[in-house]
Amino acid sequence: MSTDPAGTSSFEEPGLGGVVADWASDKQAFDMPWGKLMMWIFLLSDTFIFSIFLTGYMTVRISATDPWPNPSEVFALTIFGNHMPLILIAIMTFVLITSSGTMALAVNYAYRGDKRKTVMLITATALLGASFVGMQAFEWTKLIVDEGVRPWGNPMGAAQFGSTFFMITGFHGLHVSAGVIYLAIVARKVARGDYDQKGYDIVEIAGLYWHFVDLVWVFIFAFYYLW
Amino acid sequence: MQHVAIADQPDELHDPDTFITKYIWSQDHKVIAIQYGLTAIFVGLVALVLSGLMRLQLGFPDTFDFIDPNAYLQFVTMHGMIMVIYLLTALLLGGFGNYLIPLMIGARDMVFPYMNMLSYWTYLLSVIVLLASFFVPGGPTGAGWTLYPPQAILQGTPGYDWGIILMLASLAIFIVAFTMGGLNYVTTVLQARTRGMTLMRMPLTIWGIFTATVLGLLAFPALLVSAIMMMLDKVIGTSFFMPALVSLGENLDYTGGSPVLFQHLFWFFGHPEVYIVALPAFGMVSDVLATHARKNIFGYRMMVWAIVAIGGLSFIVWAHHMYVSGMHPAFGFFFATTTLIIAVPTALKVYNWVLTLWQGNIHLTVPMLFAIGFIFTFTHGGLTGLFLGNVTIDLPLSDTYFVVAHFHMVMGVSPIMVLFAAIYHWYPLMTGRMFNETLGKLHFWFTFLGTYAIYLPMHYLGFLGVPRRYFAMGSTDFIPESAVSLNASITVSALIVGVSQLFFLYNVFWSMRHGKKAEPNPWHATSLEWQTPDVPPHHGNWGPELPTVYRWAYDYSVPGAPEDYIPQNHPVSAEEGTAGEEEAHA
Repeated sequence: MSTDPAGTSSFEEPGLGGVVADWASDKQAFDMPWGKLMMWIFLLSDTFIFSIFLTGYMTVRISATDPWPNPSEVFALTIFGNHMPLILIAIMTFVLITSSGTMALAVNYAYRGDKRKTVMLITATALLGASFVGMQAFEWTKLIVDEGVRPWGNPMGAAQFGSTFFMITGFHGLHVSAGVIYLAIVARKVARGDYDQKGYDIVEIAGLYWHFVDLVWVFIFAFYYLW
Repeated sequence: MQHVAIADQPDELHDPDTFITKYIWSQDHKVIAIQYGLTAIFVGLVALVLSGLMRLQLGFPDTFDFIDPNAYLQFVTMHGMIMVIYLLTALLLGGFGNYLIPLMIGARDMVFPYMNMLSYWTYLLSVIVLLASFFVPGGPTGAGWTLYPPQAILQGTPGYDWGIILMLASLAIFIVAFTMGGLNYVTTVLQARTRGMTLMRMPLTIWGIFTATVLGLLAFPALLVSAIMMMLDKVIGTSFFMPALVSLGENLDYTGGSPVLFQHLFWFFGHPEVYIVALPAFGMVSDVLATHARKNIFGYRMMVWAIVAIGGLSFIVWAHHMYVSGMHPAFGFFFATTTLIIAVPTALKVYNWVLTLWQGNIHLTVPMLFAIGFIFTFTHGGLTGLFLGNVTIDLPLSDTYFVVAHFHMVMGVSPIMVLFAAIYHWYPLMTGRMFNETLGKLHFWFTFLGTYAIYLPMHYLGFLGVPRRYFAMGSTDFIPESAVSLNASITVSALIVGVSQLFFLYNVFWSMRHGKKAEPNPWHATSLEWQTPDVPPHHGNWGPELPTVYRWAYDYSVPGAPEDYIPQNHPVSAEEGTAGEEEAHA
């Protein structure tokens, strides 16, 4: 139980010993800026929100009295005469996961101090995110206008199909949209040099949020579209 | 880039200079705490009046024309929801969490003061939305504080059109406010402790608030999601919780939803919520007991682990609120078992409180009276919890006044006793003045004895089978005359207790101006919040230099020490060693 400020870093001791040393130390439990820890805790809380959304969805799907529509068919597109199940969702997923890659690169360049590349990569991430939201808007429009799916009912089967779809993808879409705005703000601040003094942790923190939103999408994709 | 701990960063203090930045749009955790506290106490008083109105109807049915069945149900609902969420959660975490965390761990403020300020103003908005439901057509919702669908959003339930919408919206706003505050509390405890303040030197108050906030961050999502889903059911006609049903002879458009899903989601939030309220109370009462008994808390480590264990277990007991909803016997068995297991760390805490008092130098000050009162009320409420945790005993008792008596003892009265103890205990720190001792003692005895006059008979009513939530019993064969007169007596006691809170209010506001000037550390406490250079502490709390902590928070009556307490920031002398702390940790 040392009161000495030195020797309390997690880098001192590897493995479980380091964890114990961190937690037993004074001043801070994690060797990171508070903003990063706060984002982690927020994401933990948000994980619970999405988990409960998905659990609720699975429950109503099991207990629904009408048959559940086949998502592969509902979300199929016919492109140049080819019938392609889930093609739009596949593209959306690809775009979002790509955006995680550009974000990771942005974090790397931010820590290297390469502001130009950082700004470019964050902007690319935001643009990919925006195109994801755009495709989602297209998907919603097609579903509402062409297929007649409404939150309270649809011609294909269980009413909960539309309810859960609009609720969960809507909530996720809001997260992506908020992320796009967040990234745009961070990109602007990086370009202005606001972080030259404070350090570029904020880019990594924004990146944490962005990766989380992508990860959630993978679960929505698996549980909603592939089930 | 090398990261520097907050405690080692150079201090930059921006003192607020205008009245508005100092007291209204304040980012100082102490001012935000007071704002939270006053708002919470204000809505709490609204809920207190509502409970009085309910009791009037129950004690003297057919006497008051202005209480019709709809109004009664609305009183029940609003009383419950306000007390649990908008008073207890807000006052314990938003009020005391905000005030005590930075002071007790030796920080200058929360890590993110701006978001802390937003948290309060969002909370205020949720309160305004909630209270607005009294003024909309149809009035507030009367669905009961659990808001069970389908009845919560169907015709026939009071406030089914506007009341329920405002209630759900207000809850969602509250959760946003809580999340902003909660992120601050957790991060501040983890990252902003001062030099020498290890996790295992934190006062139990901080452990309780910290764990409760973690619970809140993980449990409120369930309430948020169920509020969103019910809002969609109500407003645009989805069927998450609504099965196909006939209402007033009319087939509704709902189809195939699951009402029990709501109950699961609600109680996945609702049970941890009990501990969100209880754990800060556990922590604060530990510190009040140790300080006023001049003795170290018995089994500090065990107390910490008990708080953490209770927090973890609280997530796997929720369905004990749902035995009567029908469930597979194996689930009933599982949830009964976990419920009884959670009694183990809880009982451990009660024993440790009693053992802290054992052979202590007990000062029967007002905070101490409330703290000891808490041990009584909490033990009683906890014991009836053991009854209700068992499926076979719960089934006949579930919808009776036994449950009402149980949860009021365990999570109504008990945290309130601690809140009073805490308010009296930290009043000198917050205001710089002492409260009036006589008024405080009157307040205690009225509240404590009144509590028993209200809730002991209520257990008996429950055994008789008197159902809860009923507007009036009418002439029912199985309910004897004695139940009616008991109800009248309960009502009289409740009104007396309600009115006796005026002692408290008068005391708090009168003493703020006219109370005796408090000395800097009137209780001779060891923890850091009493060691600030100014009392009440100024913005930034610590003057030019952060304190350094050398010992745990419970060095009371250390043998050989010149005084019967040694503050945490008092260096360890060579001959003293750290015997006390090491021994207690062994």
